[in-house]
Amino acid sequence: MNARCEPLSTVGAAVEALRSKAVGAEELARECLRRIRADDGNSFVAVCEEQALAAARQADSSIAAEGFRDLRGVPLAHKDVFCTEGVATTCGSRMLGEFVSPYDAAVVERLKAAGAVMLGKTNMDEFAMGSSNETSWFGPVANPWDPSRVPGGSSGGSAAAVAAGLVPAATGTDTGGSIRQPAAFCGISGLKPTYGRVSRYGMVAFASSLDQGGPMARSAADLRLLLRFMEGHDARDSTSVAMPPTERGARRRLRIGLAAEYWRALGGGLAGVLREAAKTFEGGGHELRDVSLAHTDYAVPAYYVVASAEASTNLSRYDGVRYGHRAADAGSLDELYSRSRSEGFGAEVKRRILTGAYTLSVGYYDAYYRKAQRVRRLVRQDFLDAFEEVDLILAPTTPTTAFPRADGQAEDPTAMYRQDVFTVPASLAGLPALSIPCGFDAGLPAGLQLIAPHFGEGLLLDVAEAYQQETDWHLRSPGEGRRPPEREQL
Amino acid sequence: MHPTTIDKLLRLTALRLDADERARLEDDLERIVEFVDAMQAADTEGVAPLAHPLDEIQPLRADRVAETVDRDCFQKLAPLARDGFYLVPRVVE
Repeated sequence: MNARCEPLSTVGAAVEALRSKAVGAEELARECLRRIRADDGNSFVAVCEEQALAAARQADSSIAAEGFRDLRGVPLAHKDVFCTEGVATTCGSRMLGEFVSPYDAAVVERLKAAGAVMLGKTNMDEFAMGSSNETSWFGPVANPWDPSRVPGGSSGGSAAAVAAGLVPAATGTDTGGSIRQPAAFCGISGLKPTYGRVSRYGMVAFASSLDQGGPMARSAADLRLLLRFMEGHDARDSTSVAMPPTERGARRRLRIGLAAEYWRALGGGLAGVLREAAKTFEGGGHELRDVSLAHTDYAVPAYYVVASAEASTNLSRYDGVRYGHRAADAGSLDELYSRSRSEGFGAEVKRRILTGAYTLSVGYYDAYYRKAQRVRRLVRQDFLDAFEEVDLILAPTTPTTAFPRADGQAEDPTAMYRQDVFTVPASLAGLPALSIPCGFDAGLPAGLQLIAPHFGEGLLLDVAEAYQQETDWHLRSPGEGRRPPEREQL
Repeated sequence: MHPTTIDKLLRLTALRLDADERARLEDDLERIVEFVDAMQAADTEGVAPLAHPLDEIQPLRADRVAETVDRDCFQKLAPLARDGFYLVPRVVE
């Protein structure tokens, strides 16, 4: 069977198959559940078979009664950072190992209202802190292209699940690159919308001025389809922005910026793959121009100050009293707090909390936190200046392809932080950015990143879609050996 | 990083570490602080801090009741609650 026609290959294919009644929602859900059970990549932390089948049957009846619309019956998975009523939300942490939210996150609620069928929750770095999915309390996730390598993080489970063909789409969140980097490592497409585009209500908080939910799928066309049902103003998130929905832009010749600060940091085979991809844009009639993002080198340090400061504040809510892990037999209230937190949080989370407390404490606040906020403005201004000259910026998503798992042996945490060098600047500036597959380096997927001005998602998706009409990198799947066998009737 | 600084941070963050964990974290924090110190070279003279990436000001909603707290529902999540109260170790002798 041709993979392009297979109804689970993309969201668009699932929509067409459901619309034409070639397949039913329950049948699709059962096939996804079978694939998830057969997979050993650890990309799911929870599979909710009963709820999924009930939702799929409901979608089937509404399709039979009123016809197909929205995302009725389309199977997907949610990153375990989104609260889901009645299904555990762990955030990849022992701290929330037993937590079952009494409400749905806005993203979950909206996709549910559109008729999408949630199959389960995907694995992630603990509290979304990591770039390899190795900090999860539930163990690492294998990259479907090479199980000895990481899928990226923090939305590593979502990326791996989509790449392995277990689900056609999944949600993710991106604080400093957590949608884009795993999308690049797993050879799929991922969009981080403008800060404020997608409601953060019910998304477990890591760094509130940076966190943003977004879609992860095979193609840019799928991202557009999903974003339509994820975006929109929500009064329950005070940073949610009231903007018109993302529209398709008019096709035109664009000026695409290449920032020397990004390209000179890129080496080896990956540089060649990215340069080749850039040429495709030029061949497509766009003009490539050099731009400068002069403060790029300061972005990652500033990001780790801001994100850790916000994390230390956000994570102070975990006290072992109201919800979450509680240490047994604590003798005093202080002991209850400190033992619950120390048992509940993993090493990376503790590092960030301590770093954040350090940069916020008396005597260091101005030198670190305030300084980082000033650098943040400079990084944003670089982009605003560049967007006076160009419509979009084209950059690598990651400095390397998927790296091997360290199995807990990582010596220097800052080596991992440097992985975020190309994704963090757009995060600090609150800009929309996406990663799409653009080739392979030594058999591993490479991702290219497009960054647009605030609320320029429509333009980003237009350009990405046009690229994906010219290329088929986004349709490549990991080795046949790891692909679940296709069922005849699908 | 001075041991008293670590002690202070542990107190501020309500974390405790065993000896091995502490030794490792002391090293890590040194490295992280050295790493983030690279931003000190940026000239930020006269640059205002940026707290919100869109430079927005937090809007205030109208001052009326929008949602109510369902205590029973929330307390079901508590590791230990009884009669509408969260239970903690005794704080008053």
